[in-house]
Amino acid sequence: MTNLKQQAAVAQQQTADNQAPQETLVRVENLYKKFSISGDFLDQLKFKNGKFVREQEYVHAINGVNLEVKRGEALCVVGESGCGKSTVARTVMGLLSPTAGSIHYQGQRIDNLSDRQLMPYRRKMQMIFQNPYASLNPRMTIAETLMEPVALHNPQWSAAELRDKVHEVMFSVGIDPSWGERYPHEFSGGQRQRISIARALAVDPEFIVADEPISALDVSIQAQVLNLMMDAQESRNLTYLFITHDLSVVEHFGTRVAVMYLGTLCELAPTKALFATPRHPYTKALLSAIPRLEDDRPQHIKLKGEVPTPVNLPSGCVFHGRCPHADERCKRDIPQLIATSDGGQVACHAVEEGRI
Amino acid sequence: MTTLLEVKNLEVRFGLRSGEVKALRNINFTLERGERLGLVGESGAGKSVLGFSILNLISKPGYIADGEVLFEGRNLADLSAEELRNIRGNRISMIFQDPMMTLNPVLTIGEQMIECLMTHRKISKQDARTIALQKLQQVYIPSPEARLDQYPHELSGGMRQRVVIAIGLLMDPDIIIADEPTTALDVTIQAEIMELMLELCERNNVALILITHDLGVVSQVTQKTIVMYAGRIIEQGPTKEIINDAQHPYTQGLMNALPQMAVPGQRLNQIPGSMPPLQRIPTGCAFNPRCGYVLEVCKHNMPEFTQSGGCQVACHMVAEMKREEQAARMQEV
Repeated sequence: MTNLKQQAAVAQQQTADNQAPQETLVRVENLYKKFSISGDFLDQLKFKNGKFVREQEYVHAINGVNLEVKRGEALCVVGESGCGKSTVARTVMGLLSPTAGSIHYQGQRIDNLSDRQLMPYRRKMQMIFQNPYASLNPRMTIAETLMEPVALHNPQWSAAELRDKVHEVMFSVGIDPSWGERYPHEFSGGQRQRISIARALAVDPEFIVADEPISALDVSIQAQVLNLMMDAQESRNLTYLFITHDLSVVEHFGTRVAVMYLGTLCELAPTKALFATPRHPYTKALLSAIPRLEDDRPQHIKLKGEVPTPVNLPSGCVFHGRCPHADERCKRDIPQLIATSDGGQVACHAVEEGRI
Repeated sequence: MTTLLEVKNLEVRFGLRSGEVKALRNINFTLERGERLGLVGESGAGKSVLGFSILNLISKPGYIADGEVLFEGRNLADLSAEELRNIRGNRISMIFQDPMMTLNPVLTIGEQMIECLMTHRKISKQDARTIALQKLQQVYIPSPEARLDQYPHELSGGMRQRVVIAIGLLMDPDIIIADEPTTALDVTIQAEIMELMLELCERNNVALILITHDLGVVSQVTQKTIVMYAGRIIEQGPTKEIINDAQHPYTQGLMNALPQMAVPGQRLNQIPGSMPPLQRIPTGCAFNPRCGYVLEVCKHNMPEFTQSGGCQVACHMVAEMKREEQAARMQEV
């Protein structure tokens, strides 16, 4: 048994070696996204100094993010609520259009394409959402839900072919194909998330964006769904962009990890390197906050204050108000990502200057 | 001195259209002064119902069908509404999961705290305000004076939960029941809140019942742990023993399913299937259809508790092993 496992590990290592240098599948370039929170035109009109002026306020959800997703990897994006990780996922999928910057798929810019032009890309990119109770249409049977994307992308297929495909994906996620006539409410949370995964897999995509796919599930079910996603990755050679706030899942699942704070990327590193030697002060605080089974007493790094509002971003480094190592430069200049010795990137003046 | 809280043979039922279901069966445990107890289990295991039934807060169609909840030797089920009111929020207080739902959105933080104080004690509004201010300081809320006059929506999630904890502490209770107090919060905030609760409980010698699904949190905060499955306690004992050497196959499964217990990149050890709904709990041991060690007896008889180290385990397999151990020892003698 262990021998087999070792062989499998060796084989995996070899395929990994063969693929290097890896091809970039998705590139996110200098992405900005802001949302207006000022309501409609009339709400924006303000009467000031005897004049009507139009005022708009924005939530700055993403502020200049650069990311590359390599073929075959699982890139995890972590951060606390409001850091813009879900916005990144949605913008990559084309569900939101970027305010500035661009998204490239295999070198082709896709964020400015029309719906019709996007169709071939939609087939290659699929999404899994957080809440399986909200992401499945309650009035469609499972078979209908799964058949819809397949039929849309393969208009020439016969009904029998469609049915076979649906049976195949249901089988591959461990849902009995004979349950196809049932409705979502007849399934448990874990089963529903399997169905969501089946829907994503039904069009044979190569790239899957998963936005907190296991956060709504119980521990024992989380393990089932994570295993399923890892199996699918292996058998179908999938690439994942995995959004989560759960660092212990990242440690297990991710090839590389991107840590976000207030719409910017503070650190990007191979998973092992990030967990062994986190560089950015925010990453350090985040890692120390994981409730581990081993320790008796929490020994976590306390951060001052709270995440500032993304409406008025802090000057300089967005983290400077809570950072124990912040100095004058941090308040003034925005840090750029610099390469580290272990293949990662970090955006921190203190690390750059060798202060920490 | 009497035990602070003792739950004896508690059974809670819910009358549903499809028939009556037992949400809790055969619950027995004790809580001493200053002790911190973790209640773990997956959703639907009955841990929140247990938390609610301690304060007799189970609402229709649920009711306590059998058993006793003894607080300092008095059965809470026998008390009048008036007497219960003197205990709820006063001697035993509760902290809920979502601070936005717990706080009244149309009252300021100060009004809510003062209201609570003046209901339970005969004090002036000015004194109540002073105490409220002290409690806000205790939970490290910056500029507490200003916060008293703010509304809940003006505070962040972490701050709101601190306010809820401050309200929980207002009357210097003997027991705090915290129902998933950090589930709605981010990890860094969760760590801060847990540390705060730990510190406050230790300093004021308050007993804590922490309801959570997060084994990591339990291992860091509590001394004693109860693991629940389908309305029953399946294992209880010192937290250290349960974390390091779980006996029940379900507890072991839960532990092994955690990503931090697995080799990165390898498959996780999953428990097959999911917890049965209360209407369809299998006969015998409720866990038997998902258990890897299932014996014939598991399908027919409900397991009794077996003492194993400091833990009590409801499992036929563990009982069997203990019997064999004992027999072997007898033979040696």
